[in-house]
Amino acid sequence: MSKAFSSEVDAGSREENASKRKSDYDVAVVGGGLLGSAIAWGLGRLGKTVAVLDEGDITKRASRANFALVWVQSKGLGMPAYTVWTVRASGAWGRLAAELKQQTGLDVSLQQNGGFHLTLGEDEFGQRTELVKRMHNQVGAADYKMEMMPASEVKKALPLIGPEVSGGSYCPLDGHVNSLRTFRAFHTGFKAFGIDYFPERPVSAITKSGGEFRLATPKGELRAAKVVLAAGNANQTLAPMVGLYAPMGPTRGQIVVTERTVPFLPHPLTTIRQTDEGTVMIGDSKEDELDDRALKHSISAVMADRAQRTFPHLARLNVVRSWAGIRVMPRDGFPIYDQSETHPGAFVACCHSGVTLASNHAFEIARMVAQGALEPELVGAFSASRFGGAGAANNGGY
Amino acid sequence: MFKRSEQDKRPPVQIFVDGVAVAARQGDTVSAALLASGRDVRRSTAVSGAPRLPYCMMGVCFDCLVTIDGVGNRQGCLVPVAEGMQIEIQKGKREIGK
Repeated sequence: MSKAFSSEVDAGSREENASKRKSDYDVAVVGGGLLGSAIAWGLGRLGKTVAVLDEGDITKRASRANFALVWVQSKGLGMPAYTVWTVRASGAWGRLAAELKQQTGLDVSLQQNGGFHLTLGEDEFGQRTELVKRMHNQVGAADYKMEMMPASEVKKALPLIGPEVSGGSYCPLDGHVNSLRTFRAFHTGFKAFGIDYFPERPVSAITKSGGEFRLATPKGELRAAKVVLAAGNANQTLAPMVGLYAPMGPTRGQIVVTERTVPFLPHPLTTIRQTDEGTVMIGDSKEDELDDRALKHSISAVMADRAQRTFPHLARLNVVRSWAGIRVMPRDGFPIYDQSETHPGAFVACCHSGVTLASNHAFEIARMVAQGALEPELVGAFSASRFGGAGAANNGGY
Repeated sequence: MFKRSEQDKRPPVQIFVDGVAVAARQGDTVSAALLASGRDVRRSTAVSGAPRLPYCMMGVCFDCLVTIDGVGNRQGCLVPVAEGMQIEIQKGKREIGK
């Protein structure tokens, strides 16, 4: 374990620490979810000394509410740069999965053979066709290779679809992964890289003095040369402590999980996927609230109904789990990456798609943080300055 | 492994296990009848394929999962036998349409 916290160190290690370097760590990452873990792992991979400050088990964790899609299609309408960023993440995921496997022995079951969004009835098919057209016409957007398929065409890939399925969109870049195992792999990787993980350390204050950041937690203070805020919705509160801005909106999602069944779904769908172990996950509800304590059965019922109209055989399966979770959602839905102008060395990272973008966070964002500068050509569009107002004064120096 | 008690005078019920007629008794659960049948009634688990037999016999452990009259993943320890019942020892994950 670490020698970092002033309240916990013994004399010997304090000496050792002092002789090594001024700060306890090169980088303190605030937030130990999927986003913070990916960045911390990426920094460890580059040889940086890293501390991850996390909350406890009862905190609201978006990393446990995700649907585990590595998803491309239909993302980025209104922000072409996000399409480029998403395609880059999709392309780099194979390398991330391979590196995690090699380092930890854990297979995250990445599958990227294309995904579908299926529509029920002609109206939905028409709406989806319009969306694909609008995505396609967006200037400066990456080519998602999305195409609309009639039900007869979908049936060739997914023979068990029901008669109400009118067709859908297909994107060959889409995929999914075992996100919990990915999370575990990052944390296993922490140990191999010598990254210190500290649970039960919600950060209450961040100050900068003498060229280093001091992070106050209930179990003492930690010092680091740089700090990365990756605390999900808590970034909204933490960011202003270091002259950053991270406006978030509330989003709650529910997931329904069935017992295991033989593989029948060779491609993931936006709302239904089958895990490598046979479980069927039904998801993708969105509500504008932050209370995750109780399930709304009316919402689960709609999700389950749509799932069984899409694949009638699912009606026979028993549901074994369902839950509600809070998900991270920047105010306009797009990621926020910024470095503080007033507190150089302080970075903020927020996004909704922590699974899809994990490869970018591990490879690109970690590299930029290590270098001390975000690269405008890759992430300039994601500065919070786009929100205007309070954000404009903290645009990270692009 | 298991033997019927000689004092057990309950009337017989005929069930079929993977198509073979097996004598059970009225009031048996499917799991009890399978264990008493003397046959190899081990299922295999959904992910690793490890062999399993009914264990807790009270609805908790789910190790007795079995296909009954065409419906997969049923807890054999909670279902009483009925005349002519068709039991299939389930190998692996629940199948489509079962």
